[in-house]
Amino acid sequence: MPRTATTATELLNRYRSGALSPRDGVGHFLRRQEAVDGKVSAFLDTCREGIETQLKGLESMDKSVPLWGVPVAVKDNIVVRGRKTRCASKILEGFESPYDATVVRKLRQAGAILCGTTNMDEFAFGSSTENSAFQKTANPWDLTRVPGGSSGGSAAAVAAGEIPLALGSDTGGSIRQPASFCGVVGLKPTYGRVSRYGLVAFASSLDQIGPLALTVRDAALLLGVIAGWDPMDSTSADMPVPDYVKTLEGGVQGLRIGIPQEYFGEGLDAGVRENVELAIDTLRSLGAQCDPVSMPHTQYAISVYYIVATAEASSNLARFDGVQYGLRSSSENLLDMYCRTRDEGFGMEVKRRVLLGTYVLSSGYYDAYYLKALRVRSLIKRDFDEAFKRVDVLATPTSPTVSFRLGEKIQDPLTMYLSDIYTISTNLAGVPAISIPCAAGDPSLPVGLQLLAKPFDEATLFRVAHAYETKVGGPFLPDL
Amino acid sequence: MRMKRRSEGPFYRIYNKHERGGRSEEGRRKLDVGRETWDDPLRESAMEYETVIGLEVHVQLLTRSKLFCGCSTLFGAQPNSQTCPVCLGLPGSLPVLNREAFRKAVKVGLALHGEISQVAKFDRKNYFYPDLPKNYQISQYDLPIARGGWLDVGFEGGPKRVRITRAHLEEDAGKLMHVGKGGSRVDFNRTGTPLLEIVSEPDISSPQEAALYLSELKAILLYLEVSDCNMEEGSLRCDANISVRRPGSKELGVKSELKNMNSFKAVERALEFEVSRHRRVLEEGGRLIQETRLWDERQAVTQPMRSKEEAHDYRYFPEPDLVPFRISQAEVDEIRSSLGELPRERLNRFQTEYELSAYDAGVLVSDKALSEFFEAVCRAVPRPKQVANWLTGPVLSEMNARHKTIRELGLKPEALAKLLMRIEDRTLTNTMAKEILPALIDSGKDPDEVVRGKGLKQVSDAGALEPVVEQVIRKNGQSVQDFLSGKERALGFLVGQVMKETGGKANPALAHQLLLKALAVKKGGAL
Repeated sequence: MPRTATTATELLNRYRSGALSPRDGVGHFLRRQEAVDGKVSAFLDTCREGIETQLKGLESMDKSVPLWGVPVAVKDNIVVRGRKTRCASKILEGFESPYDATVVRKLRQAGAILCGTTNMDEFAFGSSTENSAFQKTANPWDLTRVPGGSSGGSAAAVAAGEIPLALGSDTGGSIRQPASFCGVVGLKPTYGRVSRYGLVAFASSLDQIGPLALTVRDAALLLGVIAGWDPMDSTSADMPVPDYVKTLEGGVQGLRIGIPQEYFGEGLDAGVRENVELAIDTLRSLGAQCDPVSMPHTQYAISVYYIVATAEASSNLARFDGVQYGLRSSSENLLDMYCRTRDEGFGMEVKRRVLLGTYVLSSGYYDAYYLKALRVRSLIKRDFDEAFKRVDVLATPTSPTVSFRLGEKIQDPLTMYLSDIYTISTNLAGVPAISIPCAAGDPSLPVGLQLLAKPFDEATLFRVAHAYETKVGGPFLPDL
Repeated sequence: MRMKRRSEGPFYRIYNKHERGGRSEEGRRKLDVGRETWDDPLRESAMEYETVIGLEVHVQLLTRSKLFCGCSTLFGAQPNSQTCPVCLGLPGSLPVLNREAFRKAVKVGLALHGEISQVAKFDRKNYFYPDLPKNYQISQYDLPIARGGWLDVGFEGGPKRVRITRAHLEEDAGKLMHVGKGGSRVDFNRTGTPLLEIVSEPDISSPQEAALYLSELKAILLYLEVSDCNMEEGSLRCDANISVRRPGSKELGVKSELKNMNSFKAVERALEFEVSRHRRVLEEGGRLIQETRLWDERQAVTQPMRSKEEAHDYRYFPEPDLVPFRISQAEVDEIRSSLGELPRERLNRFQTEYELSAYDAGVLVSDKALSEFFEAVCRAVPRPKQVANWLTGPVLSEMNARHKTIRELGLKPEALAKLLMRIEDRTLTNTMAKEILPALIDSGKDPDEVVRGKGLKQVSDAGALEPVVEQVIRKNGQSVQDFLSGKERALGFLVGQVMKETGGKANPALAHQLLLKALAVKKGGAL
């Protein structure tokens, strides 16, 4: 059944012209959720009971706020006051957050209607959303395939038309790779661009919250709402937030685009390569100057990532111990309680990463692993610094493959980790990156084009992505 | 052969006298312990060992809010009433550094002559314990706020310089309360309170010196007004590393880390115990193992807690939630200029400027408020020695008796100055003034008013005193004879009798004068 997409921008236009009320607009998406989520399983909690209150709250609100009446879903690792936040893990069973994440507070102030939390890999550890303790999410383009991960629920919900906007979190590609698999737009902002206060930490030095949307304009709109300095997050940057929507139309004439050769080597699926190269040709035809560049330390990114990210994760996840909140397994004594709670509460991939992280931080191994990884991380960052002296934007595939089948890689963590090979460096370097659909490939599965820019230059990413999107059309929608 | 104890210096006694709560009892216990160790036969042979001690002091910095969130740090509130998502370590919460705590830490670092780090950086210390909500403590590992420095302790025979290793900032943990079979409860009010950990080099060579070090450190912290140093409320805590070795040996012996000492006295006693234990084990040919031991106050012994093998691997790594920041020289200089006079500087100044004895100066300086009170009184009273005697004597007795600080006592420096001036102008005798003091404190009135109210006024009228003098001479024939036969001391006794007869009101100088006159008459004008 073909359908026309409803974007946040369209909703807002219709609200403002009086053609549609927020209640009807939200209702449209709730009906769509009811119709398709049984197949997609993108949502963990649809938060139905809170929607009425939020709609009432709109009445006393200035209608010009940027997301007045627009439904937004958040990934299950972003806390919402009075609601369950479980990070798709059994260990947070019963936990209700007493506070709103800063991004949630900003969404509320912008008039957004919070419509549910989305499925994810447990604690954002994974690339297929199959590591959720609760349910598997299907790719709306092919229900036998994964939506990518870890923000697979958010990406699938947007692709399936269940919600116009969603927030994800990206530690090594967790917004961009599912965006690529589901054929939607996903942006990982510059580290520090968006407050992490209220994002349940995976790897604190890599995590960023970012938007998922059907169009570049919608993504720009959402980032404008959530970005900015937050006194509650010492790692957030005290820098002005530009009006991303306003600068969308600038075009790419004369823009220098670098093509890092290391991103087109072994392991890249031929169909993906073809589509991404076509997309680069399109950008060239629009007036961009595209030249090869070299990022010599790219090959170390995955190794560095799985040391830095797991080290931080092992410490960040230590608080889930059964003492204060969440699951507590019955036990004889304290040690027993810790062990059983964590054994029963955490899934396989969480245990694997906590063990790995604990190991690399252990005395005797710290220098060889963690410290060395930090040094190589700075080399990777330097690759970007050097590249951005010569070009404005880098263009790469988002993921080496299109969406794979459910169950295909779940028993093979190393292959699964390689799914993020093109996205991980970005997080290590802290630079912003966007994934936009560059084709519905063969057999009609989406392919993602990834664009990267200098720190805090999200505006350029949106501008290039918008120029491309305008040229090739879109959004692309799966039949569901 | 008896050991010479370095700690016999007045500074030590002084500080103990000043510890709040059960001072006199503390004093007595100190003496007991002294005698015990004195008679300990092991102690005699133990001359062949020297003791090596290093201290780790945790001091809670006095800030309104916690180190990484806005919660209050007030002591004694309802359990878990002073908490928020940050100090509870709830999922998603993030720390934000309290600049005031940071500045106070820099202040202490500077006062201890340390080098202030150019970058403020924090690390995570990972371990599981229910009083630690995140199961890691935000602390400082390789870049402490201050590195190096020293603390001078004692002054008999010149101060001993104890080197400081480092001072670093960290968050306090919560408090566990064990409720027997009902399990354990945890109060997170204390969680996140700023702590400064001050680590000394192993330069301390006796338990007594350790106590001196603590007293001196406490005095500095109180002078800087960075902590209330209340050991009962846990705002000052001390762990000790101790080992013994043969004199001249360059290597350190096997050390014990002692924990759970709740007073300076306990630190000293635990160390005394541990020194004896180490020596005994070594003398019996045994082997010591490196371990952490807990002081059991009731049984006055240390008990093993965990061995080195069981020690935690804290897996320190840089705290990614806090961005390291540069500490500007300008800020350090500005903090340095706010240090004010420190106790040892004041001690030296009091001895030169007011010509006080080391003892008197020590007593006054050990209490910042008392030393300031002293100076205020001295502005109006010509003889500082007299002011010092009054403060270290009657005033301090009143403070101790009432368990109050000089501020809480309510005595105004002006009031004490006036009282002392009434001694100077001979309106009152010293004895009379001492009698008035409690009433002066209780009433808060002007001394003259109190004197009038009590009808206490020195008799300086010769006409009124002469009959008394006559009477005393009549009644004390033997003393008069003694005096007349050349025993000068008998005169003092007679003056005393005059004072007694007048209920202390007689001007002693006048009584002296009148007695001499009357006795001269008796001797036939020979004088």
